[in-house]
Amino acid sequence: MCEIIVITSGKGGVGKTTTSANVGTGLAILGKKVVLIDTDIGLRNLDVVMGLENRIVYNLVDVVEGNCRMKQALIKDKRYPNLFLLPSAQTRDKTAVTPGQMVKLVDDLRDEFDFIILDCPAGIEQGFQNAIAGADRAIVVTTPEVSAIRDADRIIGLLEAADMGGIELIVNRIRADMVKRGDMMSLDDVMDILAVDIIGAVPDDEDIVISTNQGEPLVGMGTPAGQAYMDICRRIAGENIPIQNPAVREGLFFKLSNLLKRA
Amino acid sequence: MSVFPVFRKKNSGEIARNRLKLLLVADKADCSPEVMQMIKDDMIRVVSRYMDIDSDRIEIQMKKLKQPDCEGYSPVLYANIPIRDVPDKGIY
Repeated sequence: MCEIIVITSGKGGVGKTTTSANVGTGLAILGKKVVLIDTDIGLRNLDVVMGLENRIVYNLVDVVEGNCRMKQALIKDKRYPNLFLLPSAQTRDKTAVTPGQMVKLVDDLRDEFDFIILDCPAGIEQGFQNAIAGADRAIVVTTPEVSAIRDADRIIGLLEAADMGGIELIVNRIRADMVKRGDMMSLDDVMDILAVDIIGAVPDDEDIVISTNQGEPLVGMGTPAGQAYMDICRRIAGENIPIQNPAVREGLFFKLSNLLKRA
Repeated sequence: MSVFPVFRKKNSGEIARNRLKLLLVADKADCSPEVMQMIKDDMIRVVSRYMDIDSDRIEIQMKKLKQPDCEGYSPVLYANIPIRDVPDKGIY
Protein backbone atom coordinates (compact mmCIF):
# COMPACT_ATOMS: atom_id res chain seq x y z
CA MET A 1 0.00 0.00 0.00
CA CYS A 2 1.46 3.30 -1.10
CA GLU A 3 0.53 6.59 0.53
CA ILE A 4 0.97 9.87 -1.27
CA ILE A 5 1.41 12.82 1.08
CA VAL A 6 1.67 16.47 0.05
CA ILE A 7 3.51 18.85 2.40
CA THR A 8 2.01 22.32 1.96
CA SER A 9 1.54 25.62 3.82
CA GLY A 10 0.40 28.53 1.69
CA LYS A 11 2.96 30.90 3.14
CA GLY A 12 6.59 30.56 2.13
CA GLY A 13 9.46 30.10 4.55
CA VAL A 14 7.61 28.17 7.25
CA GLY A 15 9.58 24.96 6.69
CA LYS A 16 7.83 22.92 3.98
CA THR A 17 11.05 21.79 2.33
CA THR A 18 12.80 21.10 5.63
CA THR A 19 9.77 19.12 6.76
CA SER A 20 9.63 17.19 3.47
CA ALA A 21 13.33 16.30 3.72
CA ASN A 22 13.07 15.19 7.34
CA VAL A 23 9.80 13.30 6.94
CA GLY A 24 11.11 11.49 3.85
CA THR A 25 14.41 10.63 5.49
CA GLY A 26 12.74 9.58 8.74
CA LEU A 27 10.33 7.23 6.97
CA ALA A 28 13.31 5.72 5.13
CA ILE A 29 15.07 5.20 8.47
CA LEU A 30 11.94 3.36 9.63
CA GLY A 31 12.49 0.96 6.74
CA LYS A 32 9.91 2.37 4.34
CA LYS A 33 10.65 2.81 0.67
CA VAL A 34 10.25 6.52 0.03
CA VAL A 35 10.44 8.91 -2.91
CA LEU A 36 10.60 12.66 -2.32
CA ILE A 37 9.25 14.77 -5.18
CA ASP A 38 10.11 18.46 -5.42
CA THR A 39 7.11 20.03 -7.17
CA ASP A 40 8.40 23.59 -6.92
CA ILE A 41 9.23 24.01 -10.61
CA GLY A 42 11.54 26.99 -11.19
CA LEU A 43 12.64 27.27 -7.54
CA ARG A 44 14.32 23.96 -6.85
CA ASN A 45 15.37 23.57 -3.21
CA LEU A 46 14.73 20.10 -1.85
CA ASP A 47 17.87 18.77 -3.58
CA VAL A 48 20.02 21.26 -1.67
CA VAL A 49 18.39 20.53 1.70
CA MET A 50 18.95 16.81 1.02
CA GLY A 51 22.56 17.42 -0.07
CA LEU A 52 21.92 15.79 -3.45
CA GLU A 53 22.30 18.85 -5.69
CA ASN A 54 25.41 17.56 -7.45
CA ARG A 55 23.78 14.38 -8.62
CA ILE A 56 20.94 15.78 -10.73
CA VAL A 57 20.91 14.74 -14.38
CA TYR A 58 17.21 14.69 -15.27
CA ASN A 59 14.26 16.27 -13.48
CA LEU A 60 10.49 16.07 -13.04
CA VAL A 61 9.74 18.03 -16.21
CA ASP A 62 12.04 15.74 -18.22
CA VAL A 63 10.03 12.75 -16.99
CA VAL A 64 6.69 14.40 -17.78
CA GLU A 65 7.85 15.43 -21.25
CA GLY A 66 9.28 12.00 -21.98
CA ASN A 67 12.92 13.15 -22.30
CA CYS A 68 13.98 10.35 -19.99
CA ARG A 69 12.63 7.33 -18.16
CA MET A 70 11.51 7.67 -14.54
CA LYS A 71 14.41 5.45 -13.37
CA GLN A 72 16.93 7.84 -14.91
CA ALA A 73 15.57 10.86 -13.08
CA LEU A 74 15.28 9.30 -9.61
CA ILE A 75 18.33 10.03 -7.46
CA LYS A 76 19.15 7.31 -4.97
CA ASP A 77 20.31 8.66 -1.62
CA LYS A 78 23.50 6.76 -0.80
CA ARG A 79 23.03 7.25 2.96
CA TYR A 80 19.63 5.51 3.02
CA PRO A 81 19.08 2.62 0.61
CA ASN A 82 15.27 3.08 0.46
CA LEU A 83 15.28 6.82 -0.19
CA PHE A 84 14.93 8.48 -3.60
CA LEU A 85 14.54 12.06 -4.82
CA LEU A 86 12.84 13.29 -7.96
CA PRO A 87 14.22 16.83 -8.34
CA SER A 88 12.35 19.73 -9.85
CA ALA A 89 13.40 21.71 -12.93
CA GLN A 90 15.19 24.99 -12.29
CA THR A 91 14.88 26.63 -15.72
CA ARG A 92 11.16 26.07 -16.30
CA ASP A 93 8.03 27.42 -14.62
CA LYS A 94 4.87 26.04 -13.02
CA THR A 95 2.99 25.89 -16.33
CA ALA A 96 5.38 23.21 -17.64
CA VAL A 97 3.29 20.56 -15.85
CA THR A 98 -0.48 20.12 -15.51
CA PRO A 99 -2.38 18.57 -12.57
CA GLY A 100 -3.33 15.65 -14.85
CA GLN A 101 0.33 14.95 -15.63
CA MET A 102 1.17 15.03 -11.91
CA VAL A 103 -1.56 12.49 -11.17
CA LYS A 104 -0.10 10.18 -13.82
CA LEU A 105 3.45 10.74 -12.54
CA VAL A 106 2.64 9.70 -8.97
CA ASP A 107 0.46 6.84 -10.20
CA ASP A 108 3.45 5.44 -12.08
CA LEU A 109 5.43 5.43 -8.80
CA ARG A 110 2.65 4.05 -6.62
CA ASP A 111 3.51 0.38 -7.08
CA GLU A 112 7.18 0.77 -6.23
CA PHE A 113 7.06 2.84 -3.05
CA ASP A 114 5.52 2.83 0.43
CA PHE A 115 5.43 6.62 0.63
CA ILE A 116 5.53 9.40 -1.94
CA ILE A 117 6.21 12.79 -0.33
CA LEU A 118 5.36 15.82 -2.45
CA ASP A 119 7.06 19.09 -1.48
CA CYS A 120 4.57 21.80 -2.51
CA PRO A 121 5.54 25.33 -3.57
CA ALA A 122 4.28 28.36 -1.64
CA GLY A 123 1.13 30.04 -2.90
CA ILE A 124 -2.23 28.79 -4.10
CA GLU A 125 -1.67 28.98 -7.85
CA GLN A 126 -0.93 26.25 -10.36
CA GLY A 127 2.11 24.89 -8.51
CA PHE A 128 -0.11 24.20 -5.49
CA GLN A 129 -2.84 22.69 -7.68
CA ASN A 130 -0.23 20.43 -9.35
CA ALA A 131 1.18 19.27 -6.02
CA ILE A 132 -2.14 18.38 -4.41
CA ALA A 133 -3.65 16.76 -7.53
CA GLY A 134 -2.20 13.30 -6.97
CA ALA A 135 -2.07 13.29 -3.15
CA ASP A 136 -4.04 11.00 -0.81
CA ARG A 137 -3.48 13.14 2.25
CA ALA A 138 -2.00 16.50 3.16
CA ILE A 139 0.23 17.80 5.91
CA VAL A 140 -0.07 21.55 6.43
CA VAL A 141 2.99 23.22 7.96
CA THR A 142 2.60 26.45 9.88
CA THR A 143 4.46 28.51 12.47
CA PRO A 144 2.88 30.26 15.48
CA GLU A 145 2.57 33.56 13.59
CA VAL A 146 -0.53 35.44 12.49
CA SER A 147 0.41 35.48 8.79
CA ALA A 148 1.37 31.79 8.59
CA ILE A 149 -1.76 30.65 10.42
CA ARG A 150 -4.01 32.80 8.28
CA ASP A 151 -2.50 31.24 5.15
CA ALA A 152 -2.77 27.76 6.67
CA ASP A 153 -6.46 28.36 7.31
CA ARG A 154 -6.94 29.32 3.67
CA ILE A 155 -4.99 26.27 2.48
CA ILE A 156 -7.06 23.98 4.71
CA GLY A 157 -10.20 25.44 3.13
CA LEU A 158 -8.83 24.81 -0.37
CA LEU A 159 -7.79 21.25 0.54
CA GLU A 160 -11.26 20.55 1.93
CA ALA A 161 -12.84 21.97 -1.22
CA ALA A 162 -10.59 19.64 -3.25
CA ASP A 163 -11.81 16.63 -1.18
CA MET A 164 -8.35 15.85 0.23
CA GLY A 165 -8.46 12.53 2.11
CA GLY A 166 -6.85 13.59 5.38
CA ILE A 167 -5.52 16.95 6.50
CA GLU A 168 -3.09 17.18 9.38
CA LEU A 169 -1.10 20.00 10.89
CA ILE A 170 2.53 20.49 11.88
CA VAL A 171 3.26 23.53 14.02
CA ASN A 172 6.88 24.38 13.33
CA ARG A 173 9.42 26.61 15.06
CA ILE A 174 7.79 26.81 18.46
CA ARG A 175 9.95 28.74 20.90
CA ALA A 176 9.30 27.42 24.38
CA ASP A 177 10.82 30.46 26.12
CA MET A 178 8.57 32.87 24.21
CA VAL A 179 5.43 30.78 24.72
CA LYS A 180 6.17 30.60 28.43
CA ARG A 181 6.40 34.34 28.77
CA GLY A 182 3.26 34.78 26.67
CA ASP A 183 4.92 36.33 23.65
CA MET A 184 4.16 33.50 21.23
CA MET A 185 0.98 31.59 20.52
CA SER A 186 1.08 28.14 22.08
CA LEU A 187 0.37 24.85 20.37
CA ASP A 188 -3.08 24.87 21.98
CA ASP A 189 -3.79 28.36 20.66
CA VAL A 190 -2.92 27.27 17.11
CA MET A 191 -4.95 24.06 17.39
CA ASP A 192 -7.88 26.03 18.76
CA ILE A 193 -7.84 28.41 15.78
CA LEU A 194 -7.19 25.84 13.05
CA ALA A 195 -9.63 23.03 13.68
CA VAL A 196 -7.62 20.16 12.17
CA ASP A 197 -5.82 17.18 13.65
CA ILE A 198 -2.26 17.79 14.71
CA ILE A 199 0.48 15.39 13.67
CA GLY A 200 3.46 17.16 15.16
CA ALA A 201 4.92 20.10 17.03
CA VAL A 202 8.49 21.01 16.14
CA PRO A 203 10.51 23.26 18.44
CA ASP A 204 12.67 26.01 16.99
CA ASP A 205 16.12 24.48 16.84
CA GLU A 206 19.31 26.05 15.53
CA ASP A 207 20.50 22.61 14.51
CA ILE A 208 18.04 22.85 11.61
CA VAL A 209 20.17 25.66 10.15
CA ILE A 210 23.31 23.62 10.66
CA SER A 211 21.77 20.53 9.09
CA THR A 212 20.55 22.55 6.09
CA ASN A 213 24.03 24.05 5.75
CA GLN A 214 25.43 20.54 5.59
CA GLY A 215 22.72 19.07 3.39
CA GLU A 216 22.01 16.38 5.94
CA PRO A 217 18.48 16.03 7.41
CA LEU A 218 18.62 15.83 11.21
CA VAL A 219 15.64 13.55 11.76
CA GLY A 220 16.33 10.93 14.39
CA MET A 221 19.36 12.74 15.78
CA GLY A 222 19.37 13.76 19.41
CA THR A 223 18.36 17.38 18.86
CA PRO A 224 14.86 18.58 19.84
CA ALA A 225 13.72 19.11 16.22
CA GLY A 226 15.27 15.81 15.11
CA GLN A 227 13.34 14.04 17.84
CA ALA A 228 10.09 15.81 16.94
CA TYR A 229 10.47 14.91 13.25
CA MET A 230 11.09 11.27 14.11
CA ASP A 231 7.90 11.22 16.19
CA ILE A 232 6.02 12.68 13.20
CA CYS A 233 7.39 9.93 10.95
CA ARG A 234 6.29 7.25 13.38
CA ARG A 235 2.79 8.77 13.51
CA ILE A 236 2.66 8.88 9.70
CA ALA A 237 3.68 5.21 9.66
CA GLY A 238 0.72 4.48 11.93
CA GLU A 239 2.27 4.33 15.40
CA ASN A 240 0.36 5.92 18.24
CA ILE A 241 2.74 8.41 19.83
CA PRO A 242 1.42 11.25 22.00
CA ILE A 243 2.22 14.79 20.85
CA GLN A 244 5.00 16.38 22.88
CA ASN A 245 4.08 19.98 23.51
CA PRO A 246 7.38 21.91 23.39
CA ALA A 247 6.04 24.64 25.62
CA VAL A 248 3.21 25.06 28.04
CA ARG A 249 2.40 28.50 29.27
CA GLU A 250 3.01 28.72 32.98
CA GLY A 251 3.33 31.13 35.84
CA LEU A 252 0.95 32.33 38.51
CA PHE A 253 -0.60 35.02 36.36
CA PHE A 254 -1.55 32.68 33.52
CA LYS A 255 -2.84 30.06 35.92
CA LEU A 256 -5.02 32.70 37.56
CA SER A 257 -6.35 34.17 34.35
CA ASN A 258 -7.02 30.69 32.97
CA LEU A 259 -8.92 29.80 36.12
CA LEU A 260 -10.98 32.95 35.78
CA LYS A 261 -11.65 32.27 32.10
CA ARG A 262 -12.96 28.83 32.89
CA ALA A 263 -15.14 29.99 35.77
CA MET B 1 -9.51 41.90 30.49
CA SER B 2 -6.93 41.74 33.24
CA VAL B 3 -8.02 41.46 36.84
CA PHE B 4 -5.10 43.54 38.00
CA PRO B 5 -5.08 46.92 36.29
CA VAL B 6 -1.33 47.18 37.02
CA PHE B 7 -0.65 44.31 34.61
CA ARG B 8 -2.90 45.66 31.90
CA LYS B 9 -0.17 45.36 29.27
CA LYS B 10 -1.23 42.37 27.20
CA ASN B 11 1.26 39.74 26.14
CA SER B 12 1.89 39.79 22.42
CA GLY B 13 0.94 36.11 22.12
CA GLU B 14 -2.56 36.95 23.28
CA ILE B 15 -2.72 39.94 20.96
CA ALA B 16 -1.73 37.68 18.06
CA ARG B 17 -4.39 35.14 18.98
CA ASN B 18 -7.15 37.74 19.19
CA ARG B 19 -6.12 39.45 15.95
CA LEU B 20 -6.01 36.12 14.18
CA LYS B 21 -9.44 35.01 15.38
CA LEU B 22 -11.03 38.17 14.07
CA LEU B 23 -9.00 38.04 10.87
CA LEU B 24 -10.18 34.54 10.03
CA VAL B 25 -13.80 35.43 10.63
CA ALA B 26 -13.43 38.49 8.43
CA ASP B 27 -11.68 36.37 5.77
CA LYS B 28 -14.53 33.90 5.81
CA ALA B 29 -17.27 36.52 5.87
CA ASP B 30 -15.34 38.10 2.98
CA CYS B 31 -15.45 41.52 4.56
CA SER B 32 -12.66 43.58 3.13
CA PRO B 33 -11.84 46.89 4.84
CA GLU B 34 -13.59 48.59 1.91
CA VAL B 35 -16.81 46.65 2.54
CA MET B 36 -16.58 47.40 6.26
CA GLN B 37 -16.22 51.11 5.46
CA MET B 38 -19.28 50.94 3.19
CA ILE B 39 -21.33 49.27 5.93
CA LYS B 40 -20.15 51.92 8.37
CA ASP B 41 -21.09 54.78 6.02
CA ASP B 42 -24.53 53.29 5.43
CA MET B 43 -25.10 52.86 9.15
CA ILE B 44 -24.13 56.46 9.85
CA ARG B 45 -26.59 57.62 7.18
CA VAL B 46 -29.47 55.52 8.46
CA VAL B 47 -29.00 56.15 12.18
CA SER B 48 -28.38 59.89 11.68
CA ARG B 49 -31.95 60.21 10.42
CA TYR B 50 -33.18 59.41 13.92
CA MET B 51 -30.52 60.68 16.31
CA ASP B 52 -27.48 62.85 16.54
CA ILE B 53 -24.54 60.45 16.58
CA ASP B 54 -20.82 60.95 16.97
CA SER B 55 -19.77 59.60 13.58
CA ASP B 56 -16.04 59.99 14.30
CA ARG B 57 -16.21 57.59 17.22
CA ILE B 58 -18.23 54.83 15.56
CA GLU B 59 -16.61 51.43 15.82
CA ILE B 60 -17.70 48.52 13.72
CA GLN B 61 -15.97 45.16 13.54
CA MET B 62 -16.47 41.47 12.88
CA LYS B 63 -16.36 39.42 16.06
CA LYS B 64 -16.69 35.82 17.07
CA LEU B 65 -19.35 35.18 19.68
CA LYS B 66 -20.12 32.00 21.53
CA GLN B 67 -23.61 31.00 20.53
CA PRO B 68 -25.84 29.52 23.24
CA ASP B 69 -27.96 27.48 20.83
CA CYS B 70 -25.17 25.76 18.91
CA GLU B 71 -21.67 24.55 19.62
CA GLY B 72 -18.75 26.82 18.85
CA TYR B 73 -18.58 30.37 17.67
CA SER B 74 -20.31 32.34 15.00
CA PRO B 75 -19.41 35.67 13.50
CA VAL B 76 -21.28 38.78 14.59
CA LEU B 77 -21.13 42.30 13.31
CA TYR B 78 -20.46 44.49 16.31
CA ALA B 79 -21.27 48.18 16.11
CA ASN B 80 -20.67 50.81 18.77
CA ILE B 81 -22.43 54.04 17.86
CA PRO B 82 -22.10 56.84 20.46
CA ILE B 83 -25.24 58.99 20.63
CA ARG B 84 -24.80 62.73 21.21
CA ASP B 85 -28.44 63.67 21.43
CA VAL B 86 -31.90 62.45 20.51
CA PRO B 87 -33.66 65.46 19.05
CA ASP B 88 -37.36 65.84 19.63
CA LYS B 89 -38.65 65.88 16.07
CA GLY B 90 -42.06 64.62 17.00
CA ILE B 91 -41.45 61.26 15.40
CA TYR B 92 -41.85 59.22 18.59
